[in-house]
Amino acid sequence: MDRSVAVWVFAALSLVVLMALPLGWLGWLSVSGEHGATLAHYRDVFTDLALRKALWNTVVLAFWVGLVSVALGAPLAWLTARTDIPGRGLIRGLVLASFVTPPFLGAFAWVMLAGPNAGILNTLWRSVTGSREPLLNIFTMPGLIFIVAIYTFPYVYIMVANTLALIASDLEEAAAILGAGRLTVARTVTLPMVLPALASGFILAVLQALALFGSPAILALPAGFHTVTTQIWSLFQFPPKVEQAAAFSIPLLLATALLLQVQKRVLGRRGYAAVGGKGGQRRTIPLGAWRFPALFACLAVMACAIFLPYGVLAKAAFARAWAQPLSRDNLTLGNFTFTFFEYGATRDAIVNTLELGVMTACVGAVMVAVLSYVTNRRLVVGHQLVAFLALAPVVVPGVVLAVGLFIAYTRPPFVLYGTLWILFLAYLTKEMPVGYAQADATFRAIPADLEDAGRVLGAGRLRILKEVTAPLAKSGIIAAWCFIFIGVIRELSASILLFTPSTKVMSVVIFDLKEEGQFGAISVLGLVMLGLTFATVALVQAALGRDVLGTRK
Amino acid sequence: MSKRSMALAAVVVAALLAGLVVAGDAQTQDARLEAAKKEGKVVWYTSLVLPSAERVAKLFEAAYPGVKVEVHRTGSQRILQRVMQELQANIKNVDVVHTSDAGHFVLLKDKKLLAKYTPAGVDAFPAGFKDRDGYYYGLRATVNAITYNTKAMSAAEAPKTWKDLLDPKWKGKLVTAHPGYSGVIATHVLALVHLHGWDYFKALAENRVMIVQSANDPATVVSSGERIVAVNGGDYSAYQLKKKGNPIEIVYPKEGVPLVVSPTAITSFAPHPNAARLFTDFTFTRECQQVMADSEGLYTGHPEVTYPADKPKLNELKLLTVTPEELEKRNEELKKRFVEFFGA
Repeated sequence: MDRSVAVWVFAALSLVVLMALPLGWLGWLSVSGEHGATLAHYRDVFTDLALRKALWNTVVLAFWVGLVSVALGAPLAWLTARTDIPGRGLIRGLVLASFVTPPFLGAFAWVMLAGPNAGILNTLWRSVTGSREPLLNIFTMPGLIFIVAIYTFPYVYIMVANTLALIASDLEEAAAILGAGRLTVARTVTLPMVLPALASGFILAVLQALALFGSPAILALPAGFHTVTTQIWSLFQFPPKVEQAAAFSIPLLLATALLLQVQKRVLGRRGYAAVGGKGGQRRTIPLGAWRFPALFACLAVMACAIFLPYGVLAKAAFARAWAQPLSRDNLTLGNFTFTFFEYGATRDAIVNTLELGVMTACVGAVMVAVLSYVTNRRLVVGHQLVAFLALAPVVVPGVVLAVGLFIAYTRPPFVLYGTLWILFLAYLTKEMPVGYAQADATFRAIPADLEDAGRVLGAGRLRILKEVTAPLAKSGIIAAWCFIFIGVIRELSASILLFTPSTKVMSVVIFDLKEEGQFGAISVLGLVMLGLTFATVALVQAALGRDVLGTRK
Repeated sequence: MSKRSMALAAVVVAALLAGLVVAGDAQTQDARLEAAKKEGKVVWYTSLVLPSAERVAKLFEAAYPGVKVEVHRTGSQRILQRVMQELQANIKNVDVVHTSDAGHFVLLKDKKLLAKYTPAGVDAFPAGFKDRDGYYYGLRATVNAITYNTKAMSAAEAPKTWKDLLDPKWKGKLVTAHPGYSGVIATHVLALVHLHGWDYFKALAENRVMIVQSANDPATVVSSGERIVAVNGGDYSAYQLKKKGNPIEIVYPKEGVPLVVSPTAITSFAPHPNAARLFTDFTFTRECQQVMADSEGLYTGHPEVTYPADKPKLNELKLLTVTPEELEKRNEELKKRFVEFFGA
């Protein structure tokens, strides 16, 4: 009984500090006027033509990103999960790389690749074809959709690939024996079975696009249009209109919550006996002559997400002028010396980022480990509610969370603005669901019978925890640690509203430099960030003994 | 690199010597230096382009070992936003504020957030660089100019006036910085509204202008060739880029160029007041001002500073000026209408 109380007090306190206070203030400020409650802010926000346009832009962006992500992610998932396409491991590795690439870095790199005039691809296109028109113009809505989608499709990929890995081939074979052609089988058997995964992946992609700040700020603003996130951010400019920002955050919050509800329904309907079982054969479909064309198609997608952007970042890091060829005159280490030795903000930002990353990951990993252990072993009354609370922050987009935290923690009793703590709270809240999901999966995979065996042999719960459960859960919790860490070091959308000059983090420094057009320094810092990310990914893979995308051995 | 560091070393030595010679009362000077050293650092929120800001900081640190400069560079409007947000949370972080939006200083002065301090040697500066009440002083000046890419056009084809930019032939080829970020641009917009009215910007927006944030960025965009004409931007950052060999040229339109005097002031709540005064005095020394003129291409109020031969003198240009008071009063209108025309 007293154990339940402790867990509950802990969970309730965390909930208040992380969610209730910020969101409560957010809701309250959005309706507070000088003379009590008012809907004036909502009226201001929704009658303002510019804000309505931003809202519409976000709808368009999110919808198309969802569709394009499905169009890219589903075929890739099918090819790697079901066919004999060569280089499956390579493709999975590249999808993973795209998954962990900070989207704002990708967007920045694509400015150098496909700016309509100086963009390297467009220059190349013109010199080859003699055309006067650019091949691609990244500063457009389609351009933005494309860039967001190439870093969002892994969500669809993961959902679909993991589902396909669980579907046995017998139904498909049965259909084939009954005389259905390959296409008919795909349409009438395979597709319906992966449909929930597709829909769910679509929704996840839409959610990502809704919450994104960096890519629209880098690509939409130069083209003269806003999205909800960039608009909320600019409402903080002096004189700040925090109430309007709060009111404008609410639709984003509601849309996210609604979409997640829909996703849950969709996944909940997955009652097909054929999916989810472990039995049955999964037959590899031979692609025949299509093997290599299919591989090239996959690599083309990955070139857009990985090879080209990484390449251009590396080039710009070593170049005096990024748009010029990398000749001897253009080669320099100046960007590195400037970034690390002359620009004072770099070191502090790297230290802050690492400090926050480690701190959040450690606290987060312990929290999710305790919470998921408690919920999995049903140690307290109402454990389902604990699980719900741990996953709840998923409905709060980063910018919205930041608006709430800003309002809550710039005033007494808790003035945390100006310290690393406010960023810590933001990161912890934001990464909690990811960490919890990982830890939950870990404990689920450890059957309780092992612990019961220990019990029978007379060991106490603590001793079992130490000698049985902990060794088994260790790698899963390390993975949770890494997921949280990766999430933290790339975080921009909440940080951008919560930093102060003495608490800058790397992503914010990169954004600052972007506003000033310091391409060389951004590229250097971007490479550092990628290096950190991939080192951490390597750590997860080593801990888990498999890649981080899913269940496949 | 070695040439530059030698030049730097020379400047540092000169600055040190000057510090020794100029010190009227060596003892007060010593006492102040000790106090500044005890504070250890000065926190500088500045809108000076990043490499220049870091250079000024390094010069100061070389002249006064033991006192560090913490440079926080961002756009003028962002600096004001920072300062006000921090104060709302009762954070007292910044010692010296330096932006290119003179209106900010009217606002900060009114809110009693500035300390009265007259830097050594500014008496000789022209009136346009001095606040009558003695709270803020112009550290540097720049003018807004047009920049074009020399690979894309000849001097004859380049636009000569602000109105030339309205020609539809420039559609999709122009780039502007943002008054919601940059004080240089806020000043520019107001000055051109005086000259040609808001209709000018409405017509300019018809040419599908690319929007960047910092007043330093249009010239980098033009250097890369992403757009071939910058419709505004501080001429000093364009001058630096040109000096580095980028294919750009600067045009000073005949209708007049908006003059931007960027003030600096010490905050009333400065956590390191002695270091702040030491630093402020240093930035107004002839040596520091000369560096700004030479390597950064800035104008200054210092009467003894000489300018590079390949830059027009301020008195050769027709200058468009706006008052800090008007800039303060119309700040929001400027941003709002700009966004209305340009979209973001």
